[in-house]
Amino acid sequence: MKKNRITDSNLIRLVIFVIVPLAVLCSCAAKPKSYFTGIVITIGIYIVLAASLNLINGFSGMFSMGHAAFMAIGAYISAFFTLAPQVKENMCPGLPDWLISLQIPLLPGLIIGGAAASLIALIVGFPVVRTKGHYLSVVTLALIVVVRAVIDNQGDITHGSRGLTGLPARSTILTVYIAVVVTMFVLYRVTHSDYGRGLIAMRDDPVAAQTLGINLVRKKISCFAISAFFAGIGGGLWGHYLTTISASNFYFSKSFDIVEMSIIGGMFSLSGAIPGAMFYTIIPEFLAPLESGFSLGSLKLPTMFGLSNIIMAVLLILLIIFRGQGIMGNSEIILDTWFSKDTYLAPFRKEEYQRLAALIRRRSS
Amino acid sequence: MINTAYFLSMLISGLKLGSIYAIVAIGYSIVYGILRLINFAHGDIMTIGVYVILMLMNSAGMPIFVSLIVSVGFSIVVGLLIERLAYRPLRDATEETTLISSLAVSALLQNLLQMIFSAQRQPFLLPKWLTAAHRIGIVNLSTINIITFIVTPVFLIILHYILKKTKIGTAMRACSENLTAARLMGVNVNRVVMTAFAIGSGLAVVAGLLLAGEYKTVYPSLGFVPGLKAFCAAVIGGIGSLGGAVTGAFIIGVAEMLFAGLMPTTMTAYRDAFVFLLMVVVLLFRPNGLFGGSEAARS
Repeated sequence: MKKNRITDSNLIRLVIFVIVPLAVLCSCAAKPKSYFTGIVITIGIYIVLAASLNLINGFSGMFSMGHAAFMAIGAYISAFFTLAPQVKENMCPGLPDWLISLQIPLLPGLIIGGAAASLIALIVGFPVVRTKGHYLSVVTLALIVVVRAVIDNQGDITHGSRGLTGLPARSTILTVYIAVVVTMFVLYRVTHSDYGRGLIAMRDDPVAAQTLGINLVRKKISCFAISAFFAGIGGGLWGHYLTTISASNFYFSKSFDIVEMSIIGGMFSLSGAIPGAMFYTIIPEFLAPLESGFSLGSLKLPTMFGLSNIIMAVLLILLIIFRGQGIMGNSEIILDTWFSKDTYLAPFRKEEYQRLAALIRRRSS
Repeated sequence: MINTAYFLSMLISGLKLGSIYAIVAIGYSIVYGILRLINFAHGDIMTIGVYVILMLMNSAGMPIFVSLIVSVGFSIVVGLLIERLAYRPLRDATEETTLISSLAVSALLQNLLQMIFSAQRQPFLLPKWLTAAHRIGIVNLSTINIITFIVTPVFLIILHYILKKTKIGTAMRACSENLTAARLMGVNVNRVVMTAFAIGSGLAVVAGLLLAGEYKTVYPSLGFVPGLKAFCAAVIGGIGSLGGAVTGAFIIGVAEMLFAGLMPTTMTAYRDAFVFLLMVVVLLFRPNGLFGGSEAARS
């Protein structure tokens, strides 16, 4: 027998997954400088990154840990297009003249950054997809090291390890969450197309998928490139949020952060990126005050730097032991709600109210 | 022109680095062979060992070898605890899940060290008699270098003996061949895994001491990148194969030092990238490493 959940009602879904988040975003947009808004922007950027990682790790059967490399490419390339010409003359004299004098808005800059990341993914994709399992993960880690070495050592283009400063701070609530919705929509359509079903078939049984006429290499490389495109966009947004970037922002720890978010939320679900990113951003904010020391009754604890990371690591281990499939598991409830017209028509349909009433009656009895 | 003495000294530094990587890579390889787990925390166990040695030498004034032995014991306990708490509950989970668990453990250990000892670099100085230089032929070698060259083969011989001749060694080989079948044949898998972790952790501390002696400093993330490189070495050699891990380690060590020493200075900054690229290239032509068997033959 099907269990009756309160979230079966389209009306409830509309409120939880659309109206409440929209209200939060509107209130943030009204106060663009506040601390809380910063957290919400960070969450949005992480959603883009984690969702694009989920496409590779959850849907294609490959396990990439090299997202930071594509983020770095996206961030640097988009920065080359959005930085003011006089800034570029100082920091990146090695760029071609037409690029130095060019300054374009963030949105096309992001798309160029994403495309650059995607191009690199296409090129490195051929060697990467030849490897399997753990080997693939390690090769993608190698990619991060290589990208960092290049950025650190091409001083006249990237300003070396000192990084780029003065990126326009254009990653506002509006831009970031437009990116979130567009990313989610594209990825959702991709995973629900015959291309996406092919991906899932490949993940579940590569040999069977191949006998059914799926070209595994083409599928793996294209999936890698799609994911890298959104990783590049996420990296660009991150760069224009920080306004100062250097290669050390895009090293192992950043990549591991994204992988962990994706695991926490559930890597087999694109929707998982949302709770994953929220969990990973919000919990440390609550834990941060603990680091500067606090008193527990008469017990006075000293300052402990790193405590919040330790607690996060323990939480993560506990989560994967007790709920290995992540918070969302296989459920796509959030995206199903976002991209279904039933959700938005629900308030105008009489039978939705009747269903809701029936649900409530059954639960209370 | 490059003169012979310079080339030789670079080669010897490479072999020295290779020995250190070899000791770490063995630990990776044994654990991976049995559990299919990339233990990212391996490099951090190395760091813990170095901090314990530092503490015992500076605060308790113990001689270096006594503190090394105590530290090895301590790190074995840490290694076993990690296995028990973070890896054993995930024995039946997917490869990716255990990978994440090991990343989390690595982050945990690094932050724990940072919390206790602060993120500052601390000097790590070996006693004078260990760093004294001897002139052999046309190259200079310090006592610790000579010890490195002696210790590594000794460890390898002992380990080879354990794996080939003893009962637990046979069990370990059986487990890396086929874990399920070994369990059905009555092998106590938990004991085998614990032995693997104990050997790996103990060796990691020895490598940590040699590495910190080389760097002359110690900091919480000391072991992470050398750990990754040792893992690359194990991958190049064909992970799960002991001889492969050692060969891979020497290839990486020598290649890294020669790259750093012989390339023009504008290229030397690409040293780490070079090591990882080397691994990628090897994997392209030999997807299971130089000495690795076919993965398809395993179940």
